Formats: sequence, C-alpha cells, structure tokens
Amino acid sequence: MTMTLANVGATASIALICATAAVAQTDLPTLNVLTYDSFTTDYGPGPAIEAAFEAECACDLVFTGAGDGAALLSRLQLEDARTDADIVLGLDTNLTAAARALGLFAPHGVVADLTLPVAWDDDTFLPFDWGYLAFVALRDTAPVSSFRALADSDLQVVIQDPRSSTPGLGLLMWVHAVHGDDAPGVWADLADNIVTVTPGWTEAYNLFLAGEADAVLSYTTSPAYHLIAEGDDTKTAWAFDEGNYLQVEVAGKLAATDQPELADQFMAFMAGPAFQQVIPETNWMYPATDVPLPDGFDTLTVPAQGLLLSSEDAGALRDPLVEAWRTALSQ
Amino acid sequence: MRQLPAWGAAALVAALTLGTLLAVALRAEVGRGLSPGDWAAIRFTVLQAVASAVLSVALAVPVARALARRSFRGRGLLVMALGAPFILPVIVAVLGLLAVFGRGGLVNAGLAQIGVAPVSIYGAGGVVLAHVFFNLPLAVRLLLQGWLAIPAERFRLAAQLNAPVWRLLEVPMLARTVPGALLVVFLICLTSFAVALTLGGGPRATTVELAIWQAVRFDFDLGRAALLACVQFALCAVAALVAWRVTPVDGFGSGLDRVVARWDQRPADWLWLAGVALFLSLPLGMVLWRGVPGLLAMPGDIWVAAGWSLGVATGSTVLCLTLALTLALRGGWMASVLGVLPLAASALVMGTGLFVMLRPFANPTALALPVALVVNAVTALPFALRVLTPAVADIRASYGQMAALLGLRGAALLRVVILPRLRRPLGFAAGLTAALSIGDLGVIALFASDTVETLPLAMSRLMGAYRMDAAAGAGVLLLALAMGAFWICDRGGRMDADV
Repeated sequence: MTMTLANVGATASIALICATAAVAQTDLPTLNVLTYDSFTTDYGPGPAIEAAFEAECACDLVFTGAGDGAALLSRLQLEDARTDADIVLGLDTNLTAAARALGLFAPHGVVADLTLPVAWDDDTFLPFDWGYLAFVALRDTAPVSSFRALADSDLQVVIQDPRSSTPGLGLLMWVHAVHGDDAPGVWADLADNIVTVTPGWTEAYNLFLAGEADAVLSYTTSPAYHLIAEGDDTKTAWAFDEGNYLQVEVAGKLAATDQPELADQFMAFMAGPAFQQVIPETNWMYPATDVPLPDGFDTLTVPAQGLLLSSEDAGALRDPLVEAWRTALSQ
Repeated sequence: MRQLPAWGAAALVAALTLGTLLAVALRAEVGRGLSPGDWAAIRFTVLQAVASAVLSVALAVPVARALARRSFRGRGLLVMALGAPFILPVIVAVLGLLAVFGRGGLVNAGLAQIGVAPVSIYGAGGVVLAHVFFNLPLAVRLLLQGWLAIPAERFRLAAQLNAPVWRLLEVPMLARTVPGALLVVFLICLTSFAVALTLGGGPRATTVELAIWQAVRFDFDLGRAALLACVQFALCAVAALVAWRVTPVDGFGSGLDRVVARWDQRPADWLWLAGVALFLSLPLGMVLWRGVPGLLAMPGDIWVAAGWSLGVATGSTVLCLTLALTLALRGGWMASVLGVLPLAASALVMGTGLFVMLRPFANPTALALPVALVVNAVTALPFALRVLTPAVADIRASYGQMAALLGLRGAALLRVVILPRLRRPLGFAAGLTAALSIGDLGVIALFASDTVETLPLAMSRLMGAYRMDAAAGAGVLLLALAMGAFWICDRGGRMDADV
C-alpha cells in the first residue's frame, strides 16, 4: 500500500484513538507481506509466525490481508510497480504462471528439503504448505464420491468464486482434470446443487458452519481443526473416486522490494521448522517440509489419488475454464 | 460573470458523468465483445428489475388503497415510516432479511415446524425480495399521492350516484400513476449492486454493476469492466430518460394526510396494512434485537470506520448541496439536464471511469475516500435538485420583483431573500444526501483497501466472516447514523418553524 495522504490520515486517526500503542515500533525496518484474509486472523498462522520471525529479524513483520488467494493477483496487477508489498504469500500453482508473467517477482534463492507429493523445481515461487481439496460435511450426511454423484444428489454445497479464491479455482481445475471436455456439462448439472458462490474461503466455510449448506469446498485437513481445536469429530471430508485435486500454496519475493535482505531472510525462514510447525494447527494444511504432524492428523481422509495440473497448463486453462464456468452457472 | 459558478458546477457534474463515460468508452475493449456470462448478467439485470418493479407496484396498489380510505391512529406514522427505506443502508436491510428469510431464519424455522423443506434466500428470489423490501414502500407513497390527488368531491358524487369508484375514479388514476412508479422502481433496481453482491449467490444472479466490480476486483480486466460500464450507462440512460418523461409525481413530497371518508372499506384493508407493516418492520426488528447486544462485540476499528463514514458523508453533503444550489439558482435546461445525467451514470460506472483515469497517476485504492465523497455527492444530486429547483422557483416568483425593486442581487439576494426561505428544502436535501452517503456500499467496494474502510464496508466484511452479532451491532450503529444524520439535517431546516 502506497503511503499516501489518505493512508497517512487513516494511520494518524487510528494513532490518535489508541495513542499509547503506536510508539515503540517506528525505528525497526518493516517487511510487508501481502496474503489472504484467513492467514492474518487471530486463529490463523499470522500471529504466531509474526512473533517467531520478529524474534530473530529485528524488524516489524506486517501481514496485510487482501481477500482470498486469487484476489492477491488482481491486487498486484492493480498496484503494479507501486506496491508496498515485499512478499506475496498465498498464491498457488494454478496462479503462478500468471503471476510470473507480471514480471514483478525475483528468484527466491532458497534450497529447501521439501516433502510435497509432487516434484518442485520453481526458482521463483517457494511452497509453504499443501493440501487436498475436498468437500467437507457432517459425518451424518450421506457422502458422495464423484462430481456426477453430487450432481445427481439433492445435496446443497457452497463453493468459492474461482476469480477471487484459490480453492474455487482449484475446483475448476479438478472438474477439468476429471471430466475434460465434458466439464461444462458437469457444471451445468451441478448448478442446482450450489447454494451460493462466495468471494473467499472464509465466507463459504462460515456459511457451512452456520448450517446454510450440507457441504463446503475446503480441504481434507479442515476436519482436523474441529477435532483438535474443538474436540469435535462430527465433520469429515469426502474422497472422490477419481482423485482429489492438490493445492500447493506458495510465496514469492517482489523484485522491487526495499528490504531485499529481510525478504530473503523471510523466504528462508518460511522453509524452516519455526514457520513450518505452526502450519498444521493454524492454517490446517500439510506442511511443505518434514516436521512432525500433530495427533489427530492420522484420522484424516486421504484420497486415493492427488490430481494436479502443471502450472503452465493451469495458467493456459484458467481464462477459458472460468468463462465456461460463468456460462454454465448463469443459464 | 454571474453565470460562472453554475457553469463550474455543470462542468464538474459533466466531468464525473460524461467524462467518466468517455474514459470507459476509450478504455473499453469493444472488439472482444461480450461473453455469454456478460450477456447473462445483462439479461438478469433487466429481468430482475422488471420483476422487482411489477411485484413492488402490484403489491403497492392494495396497500395504497387501504391507506387512502382508512383513517386510524398511527396512520401518519406508517406513511412516514414508508419513506424510511429510501435512506435505509442496503447492507442493514440485507442483514435483517437474512435473519428472517435465511436458512436459519424465522421463516425457515416456521417451515420446519410444519415439515416443509427450507427455502434459500440466495439467488434471483433473494435479490427480488430485497428489492421489493426497498421499493414497495416507495411505490405505495407514489400511488398514495395519486389517490389523494382525486378530489374528495368526486368520491362523494360517486357515493351519491352509487357509481363504481374503482372503475370510474381509481383505474384511470392508476393508469396515469402506475407507469411512472414502475419506471422509477425499474431504474433503481437496474443499478443494484450491494443486494446482488450479498444475496446473488454467483453467476446465476449477477447484475451488470456486480459484473463491473468483479471485472475490476477479481479479474483486473479494465477493458471488460469499461465495456460493461458502457452497457450499464446505455441501459440506465434509456430508463432514466423514459422515467423522467413519464413520472408525474414526486416520491418525496409531504402533505399526504387527507383521508377521504369512504363507504367502501373492506376488512382486507387491515390485512394488507398489517402485512406490509410486518414485512418492513420484522427484518429491522431482528437487526435491532441482535444488534444492540452486538454493539459490545464490535471490534474497535468499527468506530474508526464510522468516523470515516461520517467524514465522507459530511463532505458529500456539502459538495452536493453546493452543486444543487448553484444549479437550482441557474435553473432552466442546465438544472434539468444535470438532474437526469447522474441517474444514467451509475456509481460503478463513475467509479470505473475514475479508476481508469486515476490509475496512471496514483494508486486508486489510496483515493477510496475522496472518490466515494465525490461520487456519492453526484449520485444524490438528482434528488437534491428535485427538492431545491421548485423551491427556488417559488421564491423567485413570490419575492423576485420586490427584491429587484430594492436592488438586491448576487450574494445579498441569496443571503437576505433566498437562503432563509430555502431552509426547509435545504435541510431535507442535506438529510437525504447525508443518509444516502453514510449507507453507500458501491463505489467504495470498488476502491476498497484494507487500510481504510467505511462503516457499510466494515459491516459487510463482518458478515463475510459470519460474525453476525458484531455485524448486527455495526448495523445498529449504521442505522442510527443514517437516520440520525437525516433527522438532524431535516430538523435543522425546520428550526424556524416554531418562531
């Protein structure tokens, strides 16, 4: 965020309201990380990671939420070279081709021992976690194991908009990976099973929790949150016979950063244990490196197969798939 | 020379409407054409606006008739309350409608009792429901004016002759008033954004305004956003021109309280009145019921957002009234044209134009508040002009000659003759503008960033996070600010009434 008059005004007024809080951190260099909303919440990974990194960086780490993951990309396009962000955290492999094409990112330069279910050779974007997309529902709800079965059922689900949300975009890739050219027909059949399409994951998941839908597009790891944090084992994730789509979440360093050393330090920190061991129980995803998983993760649904299109294929397919999806759902 | 301010005001309004249109027209990627999804948005926009207009006006007929022929305690209050939805923040109403018609709402709880499957508020049904909520009261007031315009003597004569009142008096009156009411509601629903954003539920119920916002915020496809903005301008321009020609009555007039003693009252009247009162008060009651305790659950930055909202509203009110007064004093074709122009340029069209124009020079999101201030002022201008222009003309007619004899002109004429007599319409117009601006969730969503947010935006984000108690708290605050701002301005205009 460019520091302009309006922002200065905002900062000033907030400072006036809580005058005591805003004094200490002014001398430290600031590292700005642009990320998705749920990363920065009190219950997300943001606070713990901020504390851990600030303990070793002598800096002020600031996470800024900008909607869901896919909205990060349009935010970057909007701000272009003016962006204040030093790091963008929360894109996924379906978006990296488009993000790379912006020409704003620099190589990460980190050599990490990754434990992803896929090989990784991207020198611009570095993974920080991964998961299987899945519909999450109550255990009581009769599960389905394919998109066809879902379309034939009376189940009502909430999904996310693929233009603003990474799981929403992943779902398009998933349907395409399974059904290929038949995908538009499958979407047309699914239309009456979709209660609503939300801009981001948070809205969708909250609608599901509030009872507005039978199932929500999320991850196989989401039930772990309810089990571990709430002692509630009523939620489950559905494995699909044809496989579940993978999501690999990545971060990248902006070439125009005014804190290149700090940014490099953060990228290396991201692949280290202090960051990685926070991920399972705050972002509720699988860590990208070999850190022990908490108890309860062993109870999770593991799909028979993980599907993932290459970032080049996903990048080329994104626009046509989104347009076909809009058309199928607007009829 | 004395024309200079009027030309300045006209230039500003023209720049914000036609200028932004030019900006989007130049930026629009016409060659690419509209995708099937865009066509679906256009089709849905028109269809939902037709459905909302027909339903609102059809339901308004029996309600207005009941009000016209019934005299009861609280009738004046009900008529006044029917004016409130016009300045009610959309997001507050949506929250209330969700509490009544949502999956976990009162209606579905009732349906579950009798074993009926739940109904979903998301999609076309919910969008039309919300539009009827907002526009049924407006339609009732428009039609009620038609009824009250029928001279009481006609009713007495009809009674003596035992003639059919409905066919002889009411149907011809409705034939004159209904088309105007339909067009006004149609035009308002054509620019629907916040309702479709919150209740649309995806591509199947996306309006053109929403599609513009998505093209900017989701796709960052300014070429397509600009093309859609051109389409939206064309749609609204046609509707606005037709509406302005057809509309015979003013939706905001007062003096509606003259009940003809009628002999053909039916018990069904009470049913209609109770029904509409319940339909309008239940959602707001739910917001208050959940929101008052929720005031404590609100995060602190809600108060900061409220501060920004008040600041923006104050700015747009000052700007809007300055423009409106300048143009009303000039009168003539200029006031007429500029009174219609902003109706054609919707908030998202102006917003997209400004976005395209500003981006080469600055980060648009950093300018969110000034842009909202200016766009809100221009959006409210038609209403302010509609209130001020006739009032200025009246004053000129009554005092113009005397003032000329006394040699009063320019600033002195304004200070001594016009402004003191313009207090009431000025206060009313200021209240309207301030309330509309405080409740606005349109252009601010286009420019929004996480650093600065207005109260409606903060509230919609709380709803997105499903923090419904906090959202309801913010809703109560928003409601209080919008209604309070209207009341203070309107009251300020009436201060001299007791003297």
